[in-house]
Amino acid sequence: MVQRSPLFTLFCHVILILGIIAVAFPIWIAIVATTHENSAFVTGSPLWFGDLGFDVFRDLLSNESTFNNSTLPISHMLLNSLIMALTITVGKLSISILSAYAVVFFRFPGRMFAFWIIFFTLMLPVEVRIMPTFEVITNLNMLNSFSGLTIPLIASATATFLFRQFFLTIPRELFEAARIDGAGPVRFFIDILLPLSRTNIAALFVITFIYGWNQYLWPLLITTDLQYYTIVMGIKQMLGVVDGVVEWNKIMATTLIAMLPPVIVVISMQKVFVKGLVDPEK
Amino acid sequence: MSSNVVFKNKWLPIALITPQLLITFIFFIWPAGQAIFQSFQLEDPFGFSREFVGLENFIYLFNDSNYIDALFTTLQFSISVAFLAMVSALLLSAFAEHIVRGSTFYRTFLIWPYAVAPVVAGSLWLFLFDPTIGIIAELLGKLGVDWDPILNGSHAMWMVIIASTWKQISYNFLFFLAALQSVPKSLHEAAAIDGSGPIKRFISISFPLISPTSFFLLVVNFVYAFFDTFAIIHAMTQGGPGNSTSTLVYKVYNDGFIGLNLGSSAAQSVILMIMVALLTVVQFKYIENKVAY
Repeated sequence: MVQRSPLFTLFCHVILILGIIAVAFPIWIAIVATTHENSAFVTGSPLWFGDLGFDVFRDLLSNESTFNNSTLPISHMLLNSLIMALTITVGKLSISILSAYAVVFFRFPGRMFAFWIIFFTLMLPVEVRIMPTFEVITNLNMLNSFSGLTIPLIASATATFLFRQFFLTIPRELFEAARIDGAGPVRFFIDILLPLSRTNIAALFVITFIYGWNQYLWPLLITTDLQYYTIVMGIKQMLGVVDGVVEWNKIMATTLIAMLPPVIVVISMQKVFVKGLVDPEK
Repeated sequence: MSSNVVFKNKWLPIALITPQLLITFIFFIWPAGQAIFQSFQLEDPFGFSREFVGLENFIYLFNDSNYIDALFTTLQFSISVAFLAMVSALLLSAFAEHIVRGSTFYRTFLIWPYAVAPVVAGSLWLFLFDPTIGIIAELLGKLGVDWDPILNGSHAMWMVIIASTWKQISYNFLFFLAALQSVPKSLHEAAAIDGSGPIKRFISISFPLISPTSFFLLVVNFVYAFFDTFAIIHAMTQGGPGNSTSTLVYKVYNDGFIGLNLGSSAAQSVILMIMVALLTVVQFKYIENKVAY
């Protein structure tokens, strides 16, 4: 063990705490802002809590609340976000694990070709193929629908690749033993492969859930109907008031509500999330 | 790869892989092909007529000062974000690596911005930087800066750079921390016996050993700054004032959806695809090198 001077250790703690304060500063200001009347901001934004308490949150979450040009209650947008994030997550994990299974444990014509086609999609974020993808969605009549919001985002090269890497590390003896015991491909998948992949599935779940929840450009393109607005899009809607006052206390409250679910997921599943992110190949 | 131990079924694997292939083909390959096709066409905004123009869209782009401006804006933006996010994350992880007690605490409180949506990050920082009510704007005013991101291009640029950096620090921090923790302790012990202090050890031992991770992060940060910051820019500045914060991706969106200039938007998409392809190859090489079969 390398000797540590207590002074240097103290210095490390001080720097890290300053780092945390700097990173958390916007959140602090946002929380404080929700407890003030909108008129309080005229004299500059406050640093300490006001007397509104949680009224803004209560107003926002009760269904009657409508403000600015948004007529959709926050709770509805939250539900949309949840449906979208969960559908993308479940869909992505299912089709990726199935295709990785096919590529690793079977031999069929065009196997590697199929794998490379999937891998190629890594290179094409929505942002670079906006117009033609939009046209495809229009032609398939998928504008303003949950299928349009989710299905195109379900294909994932990353998840397929990570599952493939993991499957390749599974010892062949396990596979042979299962076959001698008479396990078919379906049996093997359900009884052996799925339980073994638990941690990988959990890690990908965290990452994909956040990805799905935070989608912005995609819903912006293909939903014009307020019914399908997600909470993340709702924020932009509130910021873009053309005339009238920007209701900062409500925007900040919505912002906090919108970031809460993914942040809770990351913090509560920290271990598995870090594992999935930093060494995905293990 | 164990090549001879496999199931013998013929149709099952094809059935298993079909859903993934279908989605890939319909929503990725087909539109990408369309983009390439359209980039050689000149089309009127309503789709009534089109003609083949070869490379004209591309030639036009590279003679268009707006496009060149967007290219430089993107470079300036990406380099700043990558630099700031990597340096601050490296500093934090270097100090975090020294902490024995409470490291989980620090990690927990530093990683959560990863989960924050870019547009959320944008709205948080927009509030702080608002010229009339924002607390940072107020502070800058006291320092004598006439803060006005709505009219001043470079102020707007700083605003999106800071919001984007804030969002990316946690990701870099995790990777740097993992890399620093995998540096063999024995090297540090030997150097400590030779009398070098923690800072010297960091520069001469840890830093060279984490350079592959740094390179990987550099690429990831560029990809992030190119593509994932669309929402930040869209929420904070809409590419303005003027075109001062309009990056290449923002321009594709703007020219395609708002301007309806399909050929040009497609040509821009194709250029971006080539860039992404190159960056992806680099990332893939990194991941593959770390994998032992």
